[in-house]
Amino acid sequence: MTYDAAFRVWRGDAEGGDLRDFTVAVNEGEVVLDVIHRLQATQAGDLAVRWNCKAGKCGSCSAEINGRPRLMCMTRMSTFGEDETVTVTPLRAFPVIRDLVTDVSFNYEKAAQIPAFTPRSREKDGNHRMQQIDVERSQEFRKCIECFLCQDTCHVIRDHEENKASFAGPRFLIRLAELDMHPLDVVDRRDAAQEEFGLGFCNVTKCCSEVCPEGIHLTDNGIIPLKERVVDRKFDPLTWLGAKIGRRPRD
Amino acid sequence: MELEKHEYDVVVVGAGGAGLRAAIEAHDSGARTAVVCKSLLGKAHTVMAEGGIAAAMANLYPEDNWRVHFRDTMRGGKMLNHWRMAQLHAQEAPDRVRELEDWGALFDRTPDGLISQRDFGGHRYARLAHVGDRTGLELIRTLQQRTVALGIDVYMECTVTRLLTDEDGIIGAFGYWRESGRFVAWQAPSVVLATGGIGKSYKVTSNSWEYTGDGHSLALQAGATLVNMEFVQFHPTGMVWPPSVRGILVTESVRGDGGILKNSAGNRFMFDYIPDFFRKETAETEAEADRWYDDKKNNRRPPELLPRDEVARAINSEVKAGRGTPHGGVYLDIASRRSPEYIRKRLPSMYHQFRELAEVDITAEPMEVGPTCHYVMGGVEVDPDTEAARVPGLYAAGEVAGGMHGSNRLGGNSLSDLLVFGRRAGQAAAEHAHGCAGRIELPDDALAEAGRAALAPFEREGGENPYTVQHDLQQTMHDLVGIIRTAPEMELALERIAALKERVANLSVEGHRQYNPGWHLALDLPHMLIVSECIARAALEREESRGGHTRDDFPGPDPGWGKTNLICSSASDGGVAIGHQPLPQMPAELAEIFEETPS
Repeated sequence: MTYDAAFRVWRGDAEGGDLRDFTVAVNEGEVVLDVIHRLQATQAGDLAVRWNCKAGKCGSCSAEINGRPRLMCMTRMSTFGEDETVTVTPLRAFPVIRDLVTDVSFNYEKAAQIPAFTPRSREKDGNHRMQQIDVERSQEFRKCIECFLCQDTCHVIRDHEENKASFAGPRFLIRLAELDMHPLDVVDRRDAAQEEFGLGFCNVTKCCSEVCPEGIHLTDNGIIPLKERVVDRKFDPLTWLGAKIGRRPRD
Repeated sequence: MELEKHEYDVVVVGAGGAGLRAAIEAHDSGARTAVVCKSLLGKAHTVMAEGGIAAAMANLYPEDNWRVHFRDTMRGGKMLNHWRMAQLHAQEAPDRVRELEDWGALFDRTPDGLISQRDFGGHRYARLAHVGDRTGLELIRTLQQRTVALGIDVYMECTVTRLLTDEDGIIGAFGYWRESGRFVAWQAPSVVLATGGIGKSYKVTSNSWEYTGDGHSLALQAGATLVNMEFVQFHPTGMVWPPSVRGILVTESVRGDGGILKNSAGNRFMFDYIPDFFRKETAETEAEADRWYDDKKNNRRPPELLPRDEVARAINSEVKAGRGTPHGGVYLDIASRRSPEYIRKRLPSMYHQFRELAEVDITAEPMEVGPTCHYVMGGVEVDPDTEAARVPGLYAAGEVAGGMHGSNRLGGNSLSDLLVFGRRAGQAAAEHAHGCAGRIELPDDALAEAGRAALAPFEREGGENPYTVQHDLQQTMHDLVGIIRTAPEMELALERIAALKERVANLSVEGHRQYNPGWHLALDLPHMLIVSECIARAALEREESRGGHTRDDFPGPDPGWGKTNLICSSASDGGVAIGHQPLPQMPAELAEIFEETPS
């Protein structure tokens, strides 16, 4: 079942680069990452690529395969014809470091800006009690493996470097949603979501949900409910009045 | 030489569960703390842990307590564990799990709203706090977010190649940025190793590229000792097909949640492999085993939930006897025993993994599984209360430390180990740093020498490709120091390792220093060889079978060996020396726990 596949892999660095052609053996059941590793071991020892678990759990080996943002470890070679050229390029939304490795520090900077989780106090017996149904909403977002494919595909930043300062991207909008829905958290991040993290930039085209390898419904279950909550707060006359007369704290 | 220098009180090497927990504690103890990790933050191997965190919280079984957990852990390790580590672990695990909730973790719940707990091999009661089958991800994300919230410095994609010492102990560490290849040194009186394991020395493994034994090797070279290195855990259930995914973990939760093992004849063969040591607590019939899931009082545990060493050996024997599946494994069947809804709810990532990678629907058909190198019980010999190694200022926690798990680790005891001993190591490392008056300047000659050694593979031309050498090492360890061992094979392995060492000394790499995986591998290989030598030498020395060490030529346990630890240290010729050391004896009040008959 072994055959020779045609691969085109982007090689280069911040200065520039180009697609290189390779012919490389493919065995039954293999994924794109196996083939990239074979290239490393036999034809291009210094080919730069990130990877860790090779099982779709760590989100390290993100790339664009035939133009689509995907995990290399979860893209089976059987999804391509044997005569089809497979093109592997680095994530376009982030600056290239070398070959398939990009500088994803944008994501770590945004993560650090999000107001931290702040729990209510424990019950008298030292436990927190929560119902399964209440934790499941946030659990969906905590499945996120931080592969940043959603960030890569989001048109707000994909070709708009200038928006990065004011938009955190889908990954961190669902982080905000996760905290907002967290049964124990007591901080209100709705103003921040809108003003600092650019919730309003998202016009719910759902591209992020489509590329999520964890099947998280970022838009439907995270971003849209968060937008609704922000709107509630902005136009809730009681909240407005309460804040004005000082009876209800703003946060 | 271009070199970036930093100063800290505590430098933690590794950003998995143990490293991050250590860093959080060191920071909270007032130490200026840095974490250095080979991958991006949040990608460490802890993320792969599936089943859960073992802690006797008694949320489902009020009968559970630290004494039962301690007993299970010691028996699972065939009594070779350091009793004090097993005790601290069992006592402190529940608090370590609860504090994760204060940092944002969201575990699955019981009907009362408490943290739910699941059954696992070797644990008397349902004890594993979990989030579906992605508990490791929850653990790492929680600790990562806490680390970020505290503002701890993290050096991502940065590899430590040397520990720097003077006559009084640790003074710092040296390494390189993977991204640029530039050198960096940290001046620090305390270093915590939390580098994980060694699985990449084996061909079939559940471990990622990072598991090259760096911490084990760095500790040895700095003058510390390693204990129990002969004990390597082969997880009974790794994927076996297709070939490219061979070794990827299939969580023990499949069995904890009702899955059973069958051979090609359809027999539930684990009933034929119940050792005398566990006979009293294991079900005798399929009917009893099936009743146990709902009624633990009146029934005993299914043999599929024996400790991992027992199950792995049984699968190995079935396949050898010709009763394996077409791809050389056995069947793991949950499809015929639980509803598709239950399976998808309890085991979502297994469902996903098999559907995507093997085109198998685990709610409709059995999985094919076989043993895969998963975990090393052996590691840096540490003081149980402080995780201090024999070199002052050096600490080790998590998989890189030894002693806690004896000859075999129970599932679920790893995540709790990371938290309990990560915290203790961070605390002790901070305390040590506070006691160190004044900084010791890193000597220029040591830094220059570390830099030269790191660049050597670029200087040589026409040498061998590091990937080929790695492949040959993996094949050697797989064939000769694997799950079943004999003296002649291990002697041959040691000869091959010696030859591989010479080849490693002559490697060359192409390209330049910027993000060059070939170069990185060339620098990891010496670590892999030292660790492999430790495993092979200790395994050759221990002439008995116990836990994760099975000798075909010495098939049973030996009472004398049951009181002996093997200690690896660095020999003057750069090789590995082996010494015998008596096992620490537990006090009478703990020994009594093993007299009690389980109710």
